[in-house]
Amino acid sequence: MSSQSVMPTPAKEVAGVAERGRPGAGARLVQAVESGWRPVALLAACFAVWWGIAAAELVEPYLVPSPGETLDVLTGKAGYLWQHTWVTTYETLLGFAIAVVVGVLAAVVMVYSSTVEKTLYPILLFAQVVPKIAVAPLFVVWLGFGITPKILIAVLIAFFPVVISMVTGLKAVDPEMLQLSATMGAKPWQTFAKIRFPASLPHLFSGLKVAVTLAVTGAVVGEFVGANEGLGYVILQANGNLDTPMLFAGLLVMSLIGVVLFVLVEIAEKLLLPWHASRRDPQVTTAY
Amino acid sequence: MTMARDVTLRKSAVPETGGAAAGAGGTAGAAGRTAAVGLEDVAVRFRTKNRDVTALREVSLDVAAGEFVAIVGPSGCGKSTLLKLVAGLLKASTGAVRLHGEQVDGPRPDIGYVFQRAALLEWRTARRNILLQAEIRRMPAEKARARAGELIAMTGLAGFEDAYPHELSGGMQQRVALCRALLHEPPVLLMDEPFGALDALTREQMNMELNRIWRETGTTVLLVTHSISEAVYLADRVVVMSPRPGTVSEIIEVGLPPERDYTETLGRPEFREAAGHIRGLLGAASAQD
Repeated sequence: MSSQSVMPTPAKEVAGVAERGRPGAGARLVQAVESGWRPVALLAACFAVWWGIAAAELVEPYLVPSPGETLDVLTGKAGYLWQHTWVTTYETLLGFAIAVVVGVLAAVVMVYSSTVEKTLYPILLFAQVVPKIAVAPLFVVWLGFGITPKILIAVLIAFFPVVISMVTGLKAVDPEMLQLSATMGAKPWQTFAKIRFPASLPHLFSGLKVAVTLAVTGAVVGEFVGANEGLGYVILQANGNLDTPMLFAGLLVMSLIGVVLFVLVEIAEKLLLPWHASRRDPQVTTAY
Repeated sequence: MTMARDVTLRKSAVPETGGAAAGAGGTAGAAGRTAAVGLEDVAVRFRTKNRDVTALREVSLDVAAGEFVAIVGPSGCGKSTLLKLVAGLLKASTGAVRLHGEQVDGPRPDIGYVFQRAALLEWRTARRNILLQAEIRRMPAEKARARAGELIAMTGLAGFEDAYPHELSGGMQQRVALCRALLHEPPVLLMDEPFGALDALTREQMNMELNRIWRETGTTVLLVTHSISEAVYLADRVVVMSPRPGTVSEIIEVGLPPERDYTETLGRPEFREAAGHIRGLLGAASAQD
């Protein structure tokens, strides 16, 4: 399909039609603070409680390290952490990418052939309900200690939300749009490329957001079972040594990977689907 | 009825003298010529889970090239089904459906279709929504752009070409849908309650514009509507249908000139007579229920 049909020109061209006020830098800052202070405050409160518990030694220090200790590890062993973070990120991204490609293809085939759908759906469901954590050791036995089993688990865990959201998206197309393309004499692939696929993207992206966070979990689960690198390995090692500051540092970095990837998917959605309703700024909608 | 029409504005080659030129000899349909749209004793039955539903029965209708026919009737009388038959989106259970004398079997690309909802692609601007028609039909890009420009000017969309559907009002969206349906200069335009979702004022305005566009393009139009005044104001003939099972109860010749000033037309005796008659027919139909 042409990249044009998924990526319409950004809304700025419409400026003449919809008199949308472009807020200045100051106004935008105020707006960002306005909408962003609550989660920041909550996060700060959590850190404060953490710090309070550690400072008052309510819990033994070897069980809960202070934020300061954790920060020392993050900065002092940044090289070590960075190396393992990179491994986990690599596994996650590769697993996510494979899950997206395979998931989207499977969804397309399932939507266009009810026979395939009936055949594949039970298997998909089975693959989803089998606890991936339980099969992870098997993958290590089969595929060794390298990154392959980690990627495979990330794929398996991220695949399901991609397929489900894409199938939903492809099926949610306005039937009148399909009738319309029939009256235009459209070939099936034209209807797919120009109508069905772009129309399904908002659904796909909600699935991608779930999938990308799950992919991190998948990669770490793989590392737990058998690895000599990656954040899962770091956490296991730290756990074995009762090195709780390192354990907390590993957890923080791991969560950060998930958050960053989630935000990246959201940014991609905003760039690719500026038209999407849930992304619409209420001030933009013109009324006349 | 169609003979009396002023045809100087026509762009396409519509037979002027009652369409006699179109038919090869006197062998064709009831009107003695090949009709743009011909329905002959058509019935449509749907099979649902536990019973068969007859949506249409014994429907016969000939629409001459360049004619404007409105179809009115209560909900569920099969008006939309009738349009879908002509477009080839539905198959008749019995009877024959013809477009320009050709049997319809399968979706027909030589029509333009306008739905009640504009059915626009949200990710395309107004202009690119109109051009979807050209892209799918693989029309030469230059020609399509020029034609789109003409239609945008004709329907009063100028200045809104680059707006996305959610930035347009309902009336504007419907204009985009109309342009899209007219882009490939279809000989037959099928409209399924195109203005049903608009407010009364916008609707009147759209009616006036549709009248003008019809005169300027010379397209054959089949319009399904709930509004009696819309039907009478726009059409040469009004087909009144009765429900369950849907069938044609009467076809009324409106007898107004093609160029119609809105307020003036609504006050004319022909308008009032036709509208009153149709209202009576529809009232009788609903009283039977």
